[in-house]
Amino acid sequence: MIPAGFDYIRATSLDHAAALLAEHDDDAKLMAGGHSLIPLMKYRLAAPSVLVDIGGLSELRMLETDGGVFRLGAGLRYRDLERSAELREQLPLLAHAVSTVGDRQVRARGTIGGAVMHGDPAADVPAVLLALEATFVLRGKDGDREVAAADFFVDFWQTAAEPDEILVEIRVPTRPGRSWSYQKFRQRSQDWATVGVAVQQLDDSGYAVALVNMGPVPLRATEVEQALADGADASTAAARVGAGTAPPSDVRGDAEYRAHLAEVLTATALTEVGVGG
Amino acid sequence: MYDVPLRTPERPGRLGRRPRRPGRLMASMVGATVVRKEDPALLTGRGRFVDDIQLPGTAYLAYVRSPHAHATITSIDSTEAAGMPGVLGVWSGDDLQGLPNCRSIPGMERPCLAPGTVRFVGEPVVVVVATDRYRAADAAAAVVVDYEPLPALCTIEQAMAAGAAPIVPGTASNVVMDQPLTEDDAEAELAAAPHRSTLRIRNQRLAAVPIEPGGCVATWEGGTLTLYATVQAPHPVRNELAVMFGLPQHQTRVVAPDVGGGFGAKASFYPEFILTAELSRRLSRPIKYIETRSENLVSMTHGRAQVQDLDIGYDDEGRLLALRVAIVQDVGAWPDPTGTGLPTLTVFMSGGCYKIGKIAASFRSVATNTTPIAAYRGAGRPEAAFLIERVIDLVADELGLDPVDVRRRNYVQPEEMPFATQWPGIIYDESDYPGLLDALLSHLDYDGLKAEAAQRRDDPSRPLLGIGFSTFVEMGGFGPSPLFEQFGYIGGWESSTVRMNPDGSVVISVGTSPHGQGHETAFAQIASDALGGVPMERITVLHGDTQTVQEGIGTMGSRGIPVCGPAVQKSSDGVRRKLIRIAAHMLEASEDDIQQDGETFSVLGTPGSEVSLAEVALTAYKPHKLPEGMDIGLQVMEYYEPTNLSYPSGAHACVVEVDRQTGRVTIVRYVAVDDCGTVINPLTARGQVEGGLAQGIAQALLEEVVYDADGQPITSTLVDYAVPGAPDIPAMETHHFETKTSFNPLGAKGLGESGATAGPQAVVNAVVDALSHLGVRNLDMPMTPFKIWTAMRAAQQEIDQEATT
Amino acid sequence: MRHDVTLRVNGVQTDDTVESRQLLVHYLRDTLGLTGTHVGCDSSNCGACTVLLDGLAVKSCTVFTAAADGTDVLTVEGLASDGEMSPVQEGFRQCHGLQCGYCTPGMLMSATGLLLDVPEPDSDEIRTGLEGNLCRCTGYQMIVESVSWAVEHGGVGAAARSHADRAAAAGLR
Repeated sequence: MIPAGFDYIRATSLDHAAALLAEHDDDAKLMAGGHSLIPLMKYRLAAPSVLVDIGGLSELRMLETDGGVFRLGAGLRYRDLERSAELREQLPLLAHAVSTVGDRQVRARGTIGGAVMHGDPAADVPAVLLALEATFVLRGKDGDREVAAADFFVDFWQTAAEPDEILVEIRVPTRPGRSWSYQKFRQRSQDWATVGVAVQQLDDSGYAVALVNMGPVPLRATEVEQALADGADASTAAARVGAGTAPPSDVRGDAEYRAHLAEVLTATALTEVGVGG
Repeated sequence: MYDVPLRTPERPGRLGRRPRRPGRLMASMVGATVVRKEDPALLTGRGRFVDDIQLPGTAYLAYVRSPHAHATITSIDSTEAAGMPGVLGVWSGDDLQGLPNCRSIPGMERPCLAPGTVRFVGEPVVVVVATDRYRAADAAAAVVVDYEPLPALCTIEQAMAAGAAPIVPGTASNVVMDQPLTEDDAEAELAAAPHRSTLRIRNQRLAAVPIEPGGCVATWEGGTLTLYATVQAPHPVRNELAVMFGLPQHQTRVVAPDVGGGFGAKASFYPEFILTAELSRRLSRPIKYIETRSENLVSMTHGRAQVQDLDIGYDDEGRLLALRVAIVQDVGAWPDPTGTGLPTLTVFMSGGCYKIGKIAASFRSVATNTTPIAAYRGAGRPEAAFLIERVIDLVADELGLDPVDVRRRNYVQPEEMPFATQWPGIIYDESDYPGLLDALLSHLDYDGLKAEAAQRRDDPSRPLLGIGFSTFVEMGGFGPSPLFEQFGYIGGWESSTVRMNPDGSVVISVGTSPHGQGHETAFAQIASDALGGVPMERITVLHGDTQTVQEGIGTMGSRGIPVCGPAVQKSSDGVRRKLIRIAAHMLEASEDDIQQDGETFSVLGTPGSEVSLAEVALTAYKPHKLPEGMDIGLQVMEYYEPTNLSYPSGAHACVVEVDRQTGRVTIVRYVAVDDCGTVINPLTARGQVEGGLAQGIAQALLEEVVYDADGQPITSTLVDYAVPGAPDIPAMETHHFETKTSFNPLGAKGLGESGATAGPQAVVNAVVDALSHLGVRNLDMPMTPFKIWTAMRAAQQEIDQEATT
Repeated sequence: MRHDVTLRVNGVQTDDTVESRQLLVHYLRDTLGLTGTHVGCDSSNCGACTVLLDGLAVKSCTVFTAAADGTDVLTVEGLASDGEMSPVQEGFRQCHGLQCGYCTPGMLMSATGLLLDVPEPDSDEIRTGLEGNLCRCTGYQMIVESVSWAVEHGGVGAAARSHADRAAAAGLR
């Protein structure tokens, strides 16, 4: 499988990347680790005429906390994140979830920003960032804008980012001492999640629950969250997980099975974070 | 640093200095754990697979393949493609009139390029050739083909429905073969049996997925065609190409270089063998074709794909009185001779290890708009072992008996061997089925496991536990010739040439063509012994080149060791007899008094009187120093024709946990006891069993080629087709139980297909056992979490319904 | 578009001009003739093409050569030192961790990458660590034992160690 021809340009800075995007309009595409894009290009499901490589930009590699917010450069690789002691301590849900992405080789190249921009509902990172109530900093020709994860994932593989915008940073509120759980069900070790459930305790009584592969976009299980806020136990809250979902059907399971898995995994996750049974 | 053959004393008594025959002092290499001769090259990137062959001027072929399961080609526009940079040509089927067809059943030959109609997704329609693989891919993408879709018949039910249009041109029906194999259907015996049950088994369609996809390079030098191809049987491919191109066989050379796995699917014949050869002739340059994985999953032949309807008659003790087997074999869009005949092998082995009063059998092979079906590891026998082992468990379940007891009551006994089945020529060799089961049970606390399974049933906090058995027999050592002829081979023999060089080192050429089995090591072990202890490192084994190897057949049907091994032994024996005669002549002693200790010959009872192997070997090339009338040299070629098939057997057990909520099956133990007769190398024998089991376990739990209602394959990448990774396969416990066969002089039965034959039903029986209290009697493979959850839920609903009514 | 690229492959500098879309695996195989690195799929699943790139195991079918300009690559051909196989290679030989040998270079490089990060993995860690590499012959258990053998006999070996050290010195791993 061979990609169609294109012009590869390695951006030397964010400004350079932005200028290249502006110059080439819709024909240009950004690439960081390339692990979502290159397979699509090999199948010729994507055929940009210009590929702007931002994978090497040090501007996109920040990893720091700033007043209760973790600032993550979009160019950080999964490997960087899973090995960061600071992230493991401050955002253990994210650090754990990225360690389940793909395989070691994929995690050595793939980036968090790439996962966000690809917007795959079956991927781990978008749903986890949704549960963490992250925001995304997009740089366009008119400057930066910040979009909440809840508003970012628009439809299957579609995001709120404009074609000429670059995701530069992911801001994640830290939740020191709060419990979390990530339940990922896969048929094979290297499969995408059949269903995944991320739970993050937000405050003393509130939880965020987000779902992987339960619809065209990563979803917040708001009815589960509401039930928890109303004091429901784990299994009662988990029983509400199907509301508002539209799970796909494929060889790994039909929509009904996915709905069932979501409930099982949610109950497990809620029990793990300490919600009573 | 580590360059010493590793030998662990795991077989006491086999490694001692034990003379195998008079005059022979060295320890036996047969049976010794020896690291492989093949490995250093493969471990350092010095292997030579077909895509590694880079001949000067090579151009690349790419296909335009059908996106439709069934359609008429209305137009092909290759104008743009033909004009692209680096493109040497674009051809459709119409442009290549007169091109020979691929191997098939007479009257159903498959054209290399679809002739006006496409019959499965992935069927080649157009070929392009360009100067490099990137340009070839670009040109293929630029060819525009228009189609008029036809109704796609993707299932055997659709293909057999009344009024279904025949898929294969020139046929009257999609049932391309309809064969009763017995005179009656055993209705009388079934009706007379105290108990009668039926079972429908779907043995799902699988893809072989060798990690090296298909590929070949064709080139012409002078009038000689050379095809380098990743195949299991180069000589048969040469024979076919020679006929197709009207060439004499000496001007048709086929080379199988290092081959990255085959599993039966590389024994099939593919259109690219003809297309690269023909286009290389036309373009006067080497042409290479390397399949992508997406192409591989729709183009390389698939396996299994049987539906079996079984009717079983049995008595109160679970003795099998009669069995009716009716098989429908999906053969895909172009019937392959092997694929079409697979049910014959299934029927021959459908009685398993058991004495069954009467078996009645019939089969129908049915064309569908899908990828053609042919051999996949075990080819017809795993389907048999699965059906009879499921039958045993069903009978046990119906009668409330222990499946172990039902097996024991039905076994053919060791003293009845060789055992003639009801099928002419199918005669089981020496085996001890009850002994295998005893050996297996010695590794399991069966009673303890049963007690735990019972306890878990009532403890919803823990996963369900199930125990499954598979005590199986299969066929190995394919030949003999009258049988193997029927699969299209010229014979069922194998060949070996042993040549000792003047310094006493040895070069062996063999007619088999290995692709991971370790023949270079195993045959060197056999030759080392037969040559009186020539060290392994002084022996080289060659294979896979029709121009330099004598006539051969190839590697399939677990025939390497049982059929080619004796040829190696015989030809080595011949060389050794000559060495002894020369040594006797040199030492002026009687041949009977010559003894050999590895590389030294001496005279029994005459200390100090000795010559080295190298001196003897050198003398063989000095006619003036040889005994009167002896021919020059040390080279012996032998063919070996087996007297019969061999019958590897074994007893396997699987213990599974089933998650009550998700349906996930986890194998917590897998124990295998195999009887492959003589074990040549315990290290590689273990590799064959474990590798086969991984495929068997994957069939049980993960893998299936799936088509949607329009005939679109939805498992055409490794994202969807679930080949297991390391975390998905359990550690296995493997043991050997040797009962030598008398059917060949080595006593070896073959082992390559045992794991894939034994594994699926061990796992399925275990899962059915775990769910039996819910009333689950049968489960289709692959037993994905989704499928198990669905089955558990349906069973529970039935229970709940019964409770309310 | 074409690019002048300079890489260091198995300790030797290479200078070539490549097309934008050329995949690193094809650069290694077709341009440099390092055919030990194999292609087994097109979806980044099989791992047969795994090499070390700046000290990390990556799938060379999912990296453009142009994007690898300036990097240091170690392939299976560079794993041995002074003609002596690395402990990982030797472990596969001693424990029969290969049959057909096609997935093997990727397995070796992936196992080496794993041991650079986790020097003493247990068997579960080895299995998970190799989840990006498919083998159709062995059933994996003997591969797990091969890697454990390497752990007990010196780890990754000198060539991989010095490759990783260079990457670490450059802040790349």
